[in-house]
Amino acid sequence: MQLEKFQYDNKIVRQFANATVFWGIIGMSVGLLAALQLVIPNLNFGIAYTTFGRIRPIHTNAVIFAFVGNAIFMGVYYSLQRLCKARMFSDTLSKLHFWGWQIIILAAAITLSMGYTTGKEYAELEWPIDIAITLIWVIFGINFFGTIIKRRERHIYVAIWFYISTLVTIAVLHIVNSFEIPVGILKSYSWYAGVQDALVQWWYGHNAVAFFLTTPYLGLMYYFLPKAANRPIYSYRLSIVHFWSLIFLYIWAGPHHLLYTALPDWAQSLGVVFSVMLIAPSWGGMLNGLLTLRGAWDKVREEPVLKFMVVALTAYGMATFEGPLLSLKNVNTISHYTDWTVAHVHVGALGWNGFLSFGVLYWLWPRLFQTQLYSKRLANIHFWIGTFGILFYVVPLYFAGFTQSLMWKEFTEEGTLRYPNFIETVQQIIPMYALRSFGGILYLSGVVLMTYNLAITAKSGVFLENEDAEAAALTPILHETGETWHRMLERKPVKMMIISLIVILIGGIIEMVPTFLIKSNIPSISNVKPYSPLELQGRDIYLREGCYNCHSQMVRPFRDEVVRYGDYSKAGEYVYDHPFQWGSKRTGPDLQRVGGKYPDSWHYNHMLEPVSMSPGSIMPTYSWLFDNQLDTSTTEAKIRAMQILGVPYPEGYDKIANNDLRKQAEQITTSLKKDGIKDAISDTEIIALIAYLQRLGTDIKVENKQVTITKQNTTK
Amino acid sequence: MSALILLLGVSFIVSVGFLIVCISAIKNGQYEDDYTPSVRILFEDKPMPKQPLQQQSDNSTNEHK
Repeated sequence: MQLEKFQYDNKIVRQFANATVFWGIIGMSVGLLAALQLVIPNLNFGIAYTTFGRIRPIHTNAVIFAFVGNAIFMGVYYSLQRLCKARMFSDTLSKLHFWGWQIIILAAAITLSMGYTTGKEYAELEWPIDIAITLIWVIFGINFFGTIIKRRERHIYVAIWFYISTLVTIAVLHIVNSFEIPVGILKSYSWYAGVQDALVQWWYGHNAVAFFLTTPYLGLMYYFLPKAANRPIYSYRLSIVHFWSLIFLYIWAGPHHLLYTALPDWAQSLGVVFSVMLIAPSWGGMLNGLLTLRGAWDKVREEPVLKFMVVALTAYGMATFEGPLLSLKNVNTISHYTDWTVAHVHVGALGWNGFLSFGVLYWLWPRLFQTQLYSKRLANIHFWIGTFGILFYVVPLYFAGFTQSLMWKEFTEEGTLRYPNFIETVQQIIPMYALRSFGGILYLSGVVLMTYNLAITAKSGVFLENEDAEAAALTPILHETGETWHRMLERKPVKMMIISLIVILIGGIIEMVPTFLIKSNIPSISNVKPYSPLELQGRDIYLREGCYNCHSQMVRPFRDEVVRYGDYSKAGEYVYDHPFQWGSKRTGPDLQRVGGKYPDSWHYNHMLEPVSMSPGSIMPTYSWLFDNQLDTSTTEAKIRAMQILGVPYPEGYDKIANNDLRKQAEQITTSLKKDGIKDAISDTEIIALIAYLQRLGTDIKVENKQVTITKQNTTK
Repeated sequence: MSALILLLGVSFIVSVGFLIVCISAIKNGQYEDDYTPSVRILFEDKPMPKQPLQQQSDNSTNEHK
């Protein structure tokens, strides 16, 4: 057999590795800042760019798409070449992919801090960046499948299947969730509204966890763990079974993020059932990884790489056990909107994603530089402070979550809320927030230590840019009789890709199409009217400042929530919400029924100095809203975009919308002046925000009055 | 509610379908060679003649240090 000589491209691997460490430190530092802001509100610095509402999306986007993203590419570019026994399809595409991705990250950081956001969690980036992501993803796809096609090893190893499912699904998710109508260079409205937007968004959000944080990392695990332990995976058969069942089940579980919300009940139940079933394939993966080390636990004692991987797998197992539990309705009643969810995702993020990335980096780096790791001792120290960092992060937040929820729900014997003032429940958990920040500091210091260790290692070695390799060329396929379908599939990446796409889409379509088509899912409420132009502008300020990062807009049908906030939310109330703003955690109270609850002047003073109205509040001040002039030049375009999306503004309304806007602004200013606020200016942004807040949830209050009136009429 | 019944029906059919495929795959000897690929990845593709023997065994010696 003729041996072919070729070279593996290590340069691209090193570039992605560098980017992983660099963005990891930045993303985690920003996360630490966000954590500290909850303890010391002064760390918001009183300026727009550094307030919590903008910092948190930067943190989440940076750690998910920059840190984890680059780590995925690092691992894929290293393992794919070796598993296919081929150099990457095109060095130019590799380069384009690398630099394109870094520019996207940079653009994301800049635009998010400037307040350009779609207002959809984990999909905050605006439309030009969305398009750039799609393009770079396609480049990655061509490079990826090109490599598979020119491979010198017929069998496609299980890790590659995981990569394939990631590539395909992320593309589908990103495109479906990013349907938006541009209204400016960096502003767009989600194509979907209200309940449907929520369903699509959490279908995306959940599957981003599945196919960005889970499947590619399982792929990495299936390559790097056997390599690091120098023994084959425990059961290759289990890996096949677990792969197919995982991708099929994951796609259905999204609605568990929306339990007890205005989402149709059947969709909620569907999400729960599939979430519970997910335990099986998830634990299949975890056990397969851990059992690989059977008989080799002595190696784990000595090798920091394996230690990191073992904790990563354990964290994966815990997170995927906790996830299905959280998706049970009775557990979700307690956990949802609390910091329990934040703790849950950080078990996965810090433990599974973080530790596996570190393990891979420690294993990879000496090989790239043809040397030994500078210090195993430092790596061990990193391992321990990282592990304690996770514990200090997660455990206090579990307590915080329980405490919050129990306090929210507690009634006195007389039947009133024990803690009617929301701020009491916030004050109670601030010590836990402080401990959590300490955990974050530990974890981050570990990463800094690793960076030092890797840097010295690199200095002591010589970088091997192109690694020589040789392998036999593929011989033409002889059609064996009795060959099974899966074996055939394993040799055909394109067919394989199409089939995984179909499997994934079945779940998505069945889940979404009925919601879109069946009108009965959204009982239309005649009193729900489109936002006035001023309210619409105010809503965009609400989005820009990232209010949804701390405030939900969804009152669940529980006694305590109805007593605390008001009537529970109905699906029909959100039909004009592009995008929906249900939120996912309540660091502050729900705002769905805040309209009309306080006078305009309360909001004015509260936004200027939250503690003046709500002593002990950890909300940042929003002083710039009082200086910034409201940009009314966008009103026309915004109204027109809304009309295209089906919001029933009268024809030609876009031309006269600004007249209404000014009228309403004048009214609010007059009411403010009546309350003694002499320096209220009618064309500032704060007026628009007040208009929006005062509108929230009020439509349905009108309806209730009418219902009682009609009832009275009928009884007469 | 009809949508829920539809969904349960569809997911039931799909899961049963998967079960059938899985069983038939096992019966057809689908997973006969479920070992070689897992071992194959452990080998490096370093060119044979160029490298002195010492470097080739680099990996295994690293593990034991």
